[in-house]
Amino acid sequence: MSKQDSWGSRVGLILAMAGNAVGLGNFLRFPVQAVQNGGGTFIIPYLVSFLLMGIPLLWVEWAMGRYGGRYGDHSTPFILDNMTKKRLWKYFGVFGIFTNLGVMAYYTYIESWTLTYTLKSAIGGFSGKSIEEVGQFFDTYIGSGGAVNLPTWAFLAFVITLVLNIYILSKGLSGGIEKVAKIAMPLLIVFGVILAIKAIFLGQGGDCADCNSRIGMNFLWQPDYSSLWDPKIWLAAAGQIFFTLSVGMGTIHCYASYVKKKDDIALNAMSAGWMNGFVEIVLGASVVIPIAVGYLGLDWVKENAGFMMAFKTMPYLFDQWGSIFSSIAGIAWFGLLFFAGVTSSLAMGTPWMGFMKDEFSWNEKKSAIVLGVLIFFLALPTIFFFDQGVFDEYDYWTGTVSLVIFAFAEVILFAWVFGMDKGWNEIVSGSDIRVPVVYKFIIKYITPIFIGWILFNSLFKQGDGEGFNLAKDSIIGQVVHIGQEVVWIENGAFTRMFYIDMSRLVLLALFTGLCILVRVAQIRREKSK
Amino acid sequence: MTTSALILMILVQVTVTCITGYFFYKVLKSPPRHEPDSFSENEDVPDHKRLG
Repeated sequence: MSKQDSWGSRVGLILAMAGNAVGLGNFLRFPVQAVQNGGGTFIIPYLVSFLLMGIPLLWVEWAMGRYGGRYGDHSTPFILDNMTKKRLWKYFGVFGIFTNLGVMAYYTYIESWTLTYTLKSAIGGFSGKSIEEVGQFFDTYIGSGGAVNLPTWAFLAFVITLVLNIYILSKGLSGGIEKVAKIAMPLLIVFGVILAIKAIFLGQGGDCADCNSRIGMNFLWQPDYSSLWDPKIWLAAAGQIFFTLSVGMGTIHCYASYVKKKDDIALNAMSAGWMNGFVEIVLGASVVIPIAVGYLGLDWVKENAGFMMAFKTMPYLFDQWGSIFSSIAGIAWFGLLFFAGVTSSLAMGTPWMGFMKDEFSWNEKKSAIVLGVLIFFLALPTIFFFDQGVFDEYDYWTGTVSLVIFAFAEVILFAWVFGMDKGWNEIVSGSDIRVPVVYKFIIKYITPIFIGWILFNSLFKQGDGEGFNLAKDSIIGQVVHIGQEVVWIENGAFTRMFYIDMSRLVLLALFTGLCILVRVAQIRREKSK
Repeated sequence: MTTSALILMILVQVTVTCITGYFFYKVLKSPPRHEPDSFSENEDVPDHKRLG
């Protein structure tokens, strides 16, 4: 292992791993999910999901990664292959590269928005603008309005952000990713703390009766035990755990594969996982919703809470704090989102880099440049056909469905094929903490049942009405366009369905291409024996 | 804020902060491990990949 191919320090590894998990979802998805799923009630299923699914998956992925790294494998296809004699498993491992490429394509685009908004906030670009004007700026920025989005500045910012990512990746683990994580993570936490303190002490911001940040916090934390048995809330909470911990992606395996054989993984996994929890539960819950309720009221937030609030609403709210502090808050908010984004997108690049280095002997620079070209072309449809739903389609298949499929496959492989006794030895080997033995049972039975339940519910989600009928937004319902007529051209123009189906074809082609690469790698391995 | 919301918020946030701090402190305090000094100790071949 070269110096470039290993972690420089344990703290660096943990900050990089936490940076991988801490992303835009911690500040945007978590509070919105809480608002949409019963406020304070959401936190209970969320914590239970973390204990029964999040922690077990963290240990499983760290253990699989370190195990693979021992044999020189740094990406999931051959990490999985190493754990069993059945050659088919490595094709499940393809998800661990596919997911990252698909997510990185649209994620880098969002990251570029945060970069632009940081700079615009710094020069007071949102000063004096109404909430409608701030919203309009965003629509103009991403080129909304026409049949094709043509966003000149957004495209330029995307290219700059992508080049920055590729440059850092080309510097390797300790020289690039670790250095960035050591700067970005502490800054992100400092920015988050500043905004959270401001939000807590904001109190009454706007003129409406329910315009008070404490009403927002009350809504986020008021428990309603009667809705605790609603499966929808449990499903949302478990889904959030997947997103927030970046489990089922293949990035944890890749980072952990550079951990030395005798080094701890159990404590490292806990430290990185709980750090992500701190950023989400303590900081993420204390910023967007309290500030928005403080100025716009609870009813407005309940109706409008969503991902785009970060860009369409927050700059207006910060502007209420006066010109100087609004700039500081804007830099802190969009800066922390940028840092959260960049540490995650760097992690998404590493499985591809590891795979090409291991199997085709590419160096860092070549792997990174080819990755950049691949991401550039994959991202183009999400930029130019943003309004046609391509962006959301990428997010659904690569950022949602793939995670659950891969997590289910890996936990079955680890606990039932590789064997729980061997797996447990991998987890506790070199451990700096005593891992509760009850987790042996949880990993073998509870976690697979939990993920299997999520997968089953996502595949066959029940629609409204009597008897068995699939919901439009179930996975099967999405694939076959339940309740919709398949029309690609209408009045001489391509329909939204056409763009959605084409984006699915692009993703299918990507997955197939990666399977072929894995097959070629297998043949090369057999020839070199 | 209602008392129950305040209690839940403080309970969860303080617990999460303490656990995060505890694990990070343990990481900082754990002594570094020595590298294995022999080739055989550092290289493994999975059972199903062993020749013969």
